[in-house]
Amino acid sequence: MNRIRKTEKQERAGNHESAKSKQFLRFRIPWVPNFLLIFSCVPAFLIHSSSAADVVIGSKKFTESYVLGEIAKRTLTEAGIPAEHRQGMGGSIILWEALRGGQIDAYPEYTGTIATEILKSDSNVSPDQVRDSLEKLGVGMTAPLGFNNTYALVMRRSEAQRLGIRTISDLQRYPELKFGLTHEFLDRQDGWRPLRQRYALPQQNVVGIDHALGYSALANGSIAVKDAYSTDAKIEQNDLVVLEDDLHFFPKYEAVFLFRSSKHADAIAALRRLEGTLDETRMIRLNAEAERTKNYTRAADLYFNLGAALAPRPSGHSGPSHFEDSFLRKLTRWTLRHLELAGFSLLLSIIVGIPLGIVASRGGAVGQVILGSAGVVQTIPSLALLALLVPLPFFGISVRTAIAALFLYGLLPIVRNTATGLQDIPRALRESAVALGLSPIARLWEVYLPMASRSILSGIKTSAVINIGTATLAALIGAGGLGEPIISGLNLNDHVTILEGAVPAAVLALLVQWSFDLLDRVLIPRGLRL
Amino acid sequence: MKLEDVSKRYGDAVALYPTNLSVESGETTVLIGPSGCGKSTLLRLMIRLIEPDSGSIEFDGKPVTPDNINALRRQIGYVIQEGGLFPHLTARANVLLMARHIGKAEEETHNRLLELSELTRFSEKLLPRYPVELSGGQRQRVSLMRALMLSPELLLLDEPLGALDPLVRASLQKDLKEIFTRLGQTVLFVTHDLAEAIYFADEIVLLNEGRIVQKGTITDLRERPADLFVTEFINAQRGIASL
Repeated sequence: MNRIRKTEKQERAGNHESAKSKQFLRFRIPWVPNFLLIFSCVPAFLIHSSSAADVVIGSKKFTESYVLGEIAKRTLTEAGIPAEHRQGMGGSIILWEALRGGQIDAYPEYTGTIATEILKSDSNVSPDQVRDSLEKLGVGMTAPLGFNNTYALVMRRSEAQRLGIRTISDLQRYPELKFGLTHEFLDRQDGWRPLRQRYALPQQNVVGIDHALGYSALANGSIAVKDAYSTDAKIEQNDLVVLEDDLHFFPKYEAVFLFRSSKHADAIAALRRLEGTLDETRMIRLNAEAERTKNYTRAADLYFNLGAALAPRPSGHSGPSHFEDSFLRKLTRWTLRHLELAGFSLLLSIIVGIPLGIVASRGGAVGQVILGSAGVVQTIPSLALLALLVPLPFFGISVRTAIAALFLYGLLPIVRNTATGLQDIPRALRESAVALGLSPIARLWEVYLPMASRSILSGIKTSAVINIGTATLAALIGAGGLGEPIISGLNLNDHVTILEGAVPAAVLALLVQWSFDLLDRVLIPRGLRL
Repeated sequence: MKLEDVSKRYGDAVALYPTNLSVESGETTVLIGPSGCGKSTLLRLMIRLIEPDSGSIEFDGKPVTPDNINALRRQIGYVIQEGGLFPHLTARANVLLMARHIGKAEEETHNRLLELSELTRFSEKLLPRYPVELSGGQRQRVSLMRALMLSPELLLLDEPLGALDPLVRASLQKDLKEIFTRLGQTVLFVTHDLAEAIYFADEIVLLNEGRIVQKGTITDLRERPADLFVTEFINAQRGIASL
């Protein structure tokens, strides 16, 4: 993910739910045997939602992007253009693909990122060249909003003073310092490797660490240097210093909005009204406010009437009972979405996996290929699988992608257990079914599948539990579910928020396990359980 | 059932050399021989659980082909050593499986079931039980009911009593013989036990190493052995029996 910042508990903003239109589809498959019907009865799954708003704003998964997204939404709304804000959809590439694919119409981006990550060009190209290249792709760019949020290296103020470090060049003298850098910074074309080369940095002790966790690590001294962003509210809060980029290594990361050129001129004009209106000090204040209150709408409001509302309020913008209420509602929504993701993908895995397992049980080259491919899918890390699916035309940033990934993950246990369950039927019994004169289909239906039911069900159970766990990752591409609080909490280094998602997910996995144990008693023929 | 020049090999190992055999209507033919002599292979070829490498098989005057095999299988009952009952079905469901599959009238199948349970001396009360809840002898009786359900023209039995203890075995032998007589059933019976063969057989077919060595009554085998193996086989079994 690109330039991930502290991700907020976006739900506390609580303002985007009503804007989403949902499309319900009911699936009924007439031919599934009775033990599959149970699953097809899991009602109404959410499919990709399309928007009723004229303009859809996307944002990346960190505070500043959320705030900018909210500001754009409000600016458009005030100009009389219905707008929707899809919060925290993912990283740069995901947002970029969504913009190109028309799933969103605009999102906040940074010039350095556009040059290096999106256009894959040198970071020193002129703004005009960037604008031209984008225009060819049907994408427009506003002038800078007014602040430069570039990469920076930060240290604790006390330690920097003790060692006399002021610039990045000063780091050369301390090869023993431990660096904790975000994974993205380690990999970026304008990140750690060229930086180390330019400054001839000798440090060997460099670890990859999550951005928010990195601040804790810096505070407790387990790392000495980390990467940060120059408008990061944490710099002030944690009493850190930004080391001067004395060799001018970091390119400019001026905030702009990217938008689809085909969008209506009024909408583009409204976005352009934001140009040059946000300097660094202001942005830092908005970021700090958003992080303090966990309320982006409120932080965005500050942009429109900075001053009066800035006076700090007593902690908590709403009473505790209100919080309880909305937490339960959120929990219900996360859980339902989670069940939809896991349930619908499981249903697909069953519908596809059992026939594949039947074919695979016959062995031979085809069987090998089926089991082999299902196995290979399983070895792809789930994050990588999501990232691979997102650029494909049909998928993009949607619930579909999450379901497709979960479906692929759920396939192997079902295919394998179906195949082995069938292969384990003693030859004498298989021959008895043949010798009786049962047709091949009747053999499968009346004899083989019921006899393999225990194995097949245990495969389905494994898939279900895996899916409940893996579905938490769906939040990374904005598909929601219990992963939302987990990933927000991880980015915020906020354990309570992590637990808000992790505990229900664990409970859900246990419940699923238990209900399958109960289901065994209904679906496995009694004669096989004696 | 008539086999002409039927042979079967597994890789280099010949399971059955080209063989001719016909099973006479209303008679009990017993295939006997040591382990691996090809008697089970012969039986499995007849019901097409395995495909012959050469030769032709006729049933009821018609050649057996992949197209008509399923229809023919319904006219052939088949019982194996362990019964081959499906563990997920009750005794009743096992017996009725095929009749239901081809859509026979409920009343007809029910009457047939009662008839068979009397014939095989299998208590009706046990019909709702699952195979694991039945003894070995009871399971073989259910298996026999299943084989006889559609009134087959031919009954194939592959060592049906091989896994039973001697007492149960003796009582089942007696019952089986009675049933065959009562029904005038054409039977092909595979065993490796000479006493059992003598008890059932109208004709004994002795196999060794994939060939039929001799066909005939026990008197033929004893008094006019085709070769030394016949004498050895009969003497070996008698020797153990007289101990």
